[in-house]
Amino acid sequence: MATLPFLSMTIFLPLVGALAIFLNWSQQDSTQANNARWVALWTSLVTLGLTLILWGNFDAASSNFQFEDKFQWMPFLNISYHVGVDGISLPFVILSALLIPICILTSWTSIQYRVAEYMIAFLVLETLLVGMFAALDFVLFYVFFEGVLIPMFLIIGMWGGPDRVYAAFKFFLYTLLGSVLSLLAILYIYFEVGSSDIPLALTTPFDPKIQMWLWIAFFSSFAVKIPMWPFHTWLPDAHVEAPTAGSVILAGILLKMGGYGFIRFSLPMFPEACAYFTPLIFTLSVIAIIYTSLVALVQKDMKKLIAYSSVAHMGFVTLGIFAADAQGVQGAITQMVSHGLISAALFLCVGVVYDRIHSRKIADYGGLVHNMPRYATVFMFFILASVGLPGTSGFVGEFLVLLGTYQVSTWATTLATTGMILGAAYALWLYRRIIFGALAKPNLKSITDLNWQEDLIFAPLVGGVLIFGVYPMPLLTMMEASVANVIDQYNLSFESDGGGLIDPRKFLEMAFHE
Amino acid sequence: MNILAILTIFLPLTGFLLAGTLGEKLKNNFSQILTCTLMGLSTVFAIYLFIEMGLKEKTLLIPLFTWMHVEFFSINWGIQLDSLSLVMMAVVTLVSFMVHVYSVGYMKNDRGISRFMAYLSLFSFFMLTLVTAPNFLQMFFGWEGVGLCSYLLIGYWYDREGANAAAIKAFLVNRIGDVGFLLGTLTLFVLFGTLDFIDIFELIDEHQSDTFTFLGIQYHVLTLATFLLFIGAMGKSAQIGLHTWLPDAMEGPTPVSALIHAATMVTAGVFMVVRISPLLEYASLTREFITLIGTITALFTATIACVQNDIKRIIAYSTCSQLGYMFMAAGLSGYSASMFHLTTHAFFKALLFLGAGSIIHAMSDEQNIQKMGGIWRYVPVTYVVMWIGSLALAGIPFFAGFYSKDMILEVDWVSYLPVGKLAFVCGLATAILTAFYSWRLLLLTFHGKPRANEAVMGHIHEAPLVMLFPLLILAMGSLFSGSLLYDLFVGEDTTFWGSAIFVLPGDEVIQSAHYVENWVEWSPTIAAFLGIGLAYLMYTFAKNWPQTLSTTFRGIYALFYHKWYFDEVYEWLFVKPALKLGKILWEEGDQEAIDGLGPNGFAALSIATGKILCRFQTGYIYHYALTMIIGLIFMLSWYFWV
Repeated sequence: MATLPFLSMTIFLPLVGALAIFLNWSQQDSTQANNARWVALWTSLVTLGLTLILWGNFDAASSNFQFEDKFQWMPFLNISYHVGVDGISLPFVILSALLIPICILTSWTSIQYRVAEYMIAFLVLETLLVGMFAALDFVLFYVFFEGVLIPMFLIIGMWGGPDRVYAAFKFFLYTLLGSVLSLLAILYIYFEVGSSDIPLALTTPFDPKIQMWLWIAFFSSFAVKIPMWPFHTWLPDAHVEAPTAGSVILAGILLKMGGYGFIRFSLPMFPEACAYFTPLIFTLSVIAIIYTSLVALVQKDMKKLIAYSSVAHMGFVTLGIFAADAQGVQGAITQMVSHGLISAALFLCVGVVYDRIHSRKIADYGGLVHNMPRYATVFMFFILASVGLPGTSGFVGEFLVLLGTYQVSTWATTLATTGMILGAAYALWLYRRIIFGALAKPNLKSITDLNWQEDLIFAPLVGGVLIFGVYPMPLLTMMEASVANVIDQYNLSFESDGGGLIDPRKFLEMAFHE
Repeated sequence: MNILAILTIFLPLTGFLLAGTLGEKLKNNFSQILTCTLMGLSTVFAIYLFIEMGLKEKTLLIPLFTWMHVEFFSINWGIQLDSLSLVMMAVVTLVSFMVHVYSVGYMKNDRGISRFMAYLSLFSFFMLTLVTAPNFLQMFFGWEGVGLCSYLLIGYWYDREGANAAAIKAFLVNRIGDVGFLLGTLTLFVLFGTLDFIDIFELIDEHQSDTFTFLGIQYHVLTLATFLLFIGAMGKSAQIGLHTWLPDAMEGPTPVSALIHAATMVTAGVFMVVRISPLLEYASLTREFITLIGTITALFTATIACVQNDIKRIIAYSTCSQLGYMFMAAGLSGYSASMFHLTTHAFFKALLFLGAGSIIHAMSDEQNIQKMGGIWRYVPVTYVVMWIGSLALAGIPFFAGFYSKDMILEVDWVSYLPVGKLAFVCGLATAILTAFYSWRLLLLTFHGKPRANEAVMGHIHEAPLVMLFPLLILAMGSLFSGSLLYDLFVGEDTTFWGSAIFVLPGDEVIQSAHYVENWVEWSPTIAAFLGIGLAYLMYTFAKNWPQTLSTTFRGIYALFYHKWYFDEVYEWLFVKPALKLGKILWEEGDQEAIDGLGPNGFAALSIATGKILCRFQTGYIYHYALTMIIGLIFMLSWYFWV
């Protein structure tokens, strides 16, 4: 079983699917579109199956990279093709593989223009995403990391709304600008380590002064991706213009690249810099939570509102990561996975009514519960999950983050909890305006409830949110050893050079005395 | 026992799932029969558990499975059975079952009845997980879960603007409290390294004088944690400041008001305060605060209840007021007196609400008591049970409320804490007001000349049997629960509470409350009769008095009538600024500042630079030649002179 290179197969299978669509180029539009849809669906489903095999064979007790594949790529430069997953990257690999088939299904009828190209874009995107999370070589990582931009740019720019070109360029330039700085940092690390191997770099200690610069370089890339305030303004525009499936991927996975980067690189490689910059991160996170929640309150566009809420939720993620304790980091990863499911579902919910009415304006809706009781139930479920109701995965992530952060800063935690109140306010108010009230608008009178395909799309998301809300242990155990490894490495650096700048545990001991 | 406890909790959940998914498809009263049956079974099991375990002072902890486990943080789902949770289980299931049955009749013609029954069952499930929680986090799960059901049921009639607004308001105000609860939980975790009640209570001795730095200020950690937790209780139990949602919650169907907003959910705050008695005993400052808040709330909401005209709102304010009594006693270490009043109150307040529902039903959905009057002949059973409920609420001897309210006021009197005497005085004043507004309600509703129009009066009818049966059962409770449970709950030598309630040796107020002066013992009863007399005076003999009073003391009347202007102040202080700030941050912050300086600024800058650079590329040879010559001159002069 373990002899097959399952991870590399997972990465490249979607590319094979994309190639198949490309080679099957036929003249007849409808046949070609249908073939493309089916090929894309089956490819992504088999890929999902492969990731489940990975999950099944994953040894959670070990913090090592598993399913490793390594061979020389550019031997003269000491650059290799090196992939592998640990408990930090595997959740994201599975999440990506889960969301892509959902994207393909939800675009089944709503996308009629250049279907083959659309499907190719999504399959290529999947390869790049999975590859990015699995890459263990900096060059490979950078190629995947940047490569993601291209299909995403095309998806927004070609299948998006009326302002799609502005949004696509804003998205592309914003994220590219950040990444250029991280490229410099990667080059520096490459010359310092003498290889672009990530596991090697992770164990290389860097001079604290240099760490600061490297940290800033990586920060500029990850902070835009996640996005942190004030680098977030590309996100609402990108979401609003993107097609539904584009928003699902954007909110579901692309944002998580930033959080993943912080955990994978910043924490273990630049511990001193992380400790030094923690107050900054906490400040930005808290501002993000309160600021974007307030902004979300006054939005008139459903997608914009959800986009702003994403920024607020990602504020919790950065809080948890830089709390740099087990609860905080595991909470941050849980929060990312959970947000991946919830925000994806919320954008799908918007997509459902957009497909029927072709409007994203909140004011154009009202009273949908009369005609769409099943839709109202599903939407309510995800609104509550987004609010972080206990019993949903949203609560587990948020609570663990708060638990982790509280041990480091009571200020940041207390301020962040205001986001829980504001979050409930904008989410419930959105729901009320769309779903409740009388069904008065004439064009809504004949709106139909979810069909069976839509039920099918929502089912795995509902299940995931509920299961991880009541029993998140599969997820928590998966990441436990790897996160512990990162935290240990982080703390170790302070013990070796005599205490370091801030040690959360020391702070805790100081906080209590009799 | 294990399987019974699990069934008690999960049968209502099963009812919710089945009624929620299949209810709409299977008509013929499927949902009603199913949810009532399951809830009935659950009630039987809960009462059996109470008799078998509670009365025999047994405790049991049933761990179910792990919820979260991260490093040294570990939380399990579980069921903790001790006298406290067993009492709550019995009360919750019994009232819930009664309300289920009543709703079958009350909601008969509502097309969403399956959904309604499903919500009621879901609520019961969450409430049961709350009261049986073995740790703070599961309690929070139930805590927010009941809040969700409250939201869903207040907004049950989703076409009504008022219902939607009230639902959101209830959720948000509760969320504010919940944040306090959560922060308190976090504080306890960093102190004890666990959230399990049993472990925390065992470790208290070691940590009783620890301090913790919260928001830059050093606090005694137990005082801080219990204070934060109490903010949660204030939200859930509608205490002053966070009380504004409860009167609005009356937008929901009346059975909901009886179950959630009178008998069970709103008492969750009191239950939680009693549950953390081992912590509170070491945090006397928090306890004083609890008593103070309870006292103020009791008096303040009673003043509002005296001038309201909506029958449900009067009872809602009365609920706030009675919850104030419970906190009063809890803060003074009279935890068992609180639990006693909680139990008796559950019966008579549910009775009053369901009775009010029966009246509203009879009066073609009229809720204004000024438009009722003279109907007692037509609804004799409702009339009698409303009297019983009011007698119990006012604390007339030998009715349920008499025993529990007396106990609370005696606790107030004997407590050594300075707020005790204040609580006693305000408690007596509240008792007068309570009796007054109760009889105002009775007299205006049932007596005098009919003020409703003929169509309404012609249609008036007594409720069907399915609604009367719960009323009668609850009336029994209002009659006898006080005298039956007195010795068990607050008797001088009772050992019923066992380890569930902890009281420090110096704080044994319940014991000393049995030895108060005679006048203290009788004063609540005298207060009650005084209030009743006043109501009779004003609403049967001197009928122009209310009118005269309200015009003479116009200012005070307006203050009471407008609920002390809390809603208006909050609107002006929080709601509007939040929306305004959001708009400013969006338009000025995101669009002007960030986008203006950031991406759009860059774009504009590069376009502008491009335009300037464009000018140089004119295409004329002599322009280029001139530039070359100027350049050459500069280079040469540089070379020669430097």
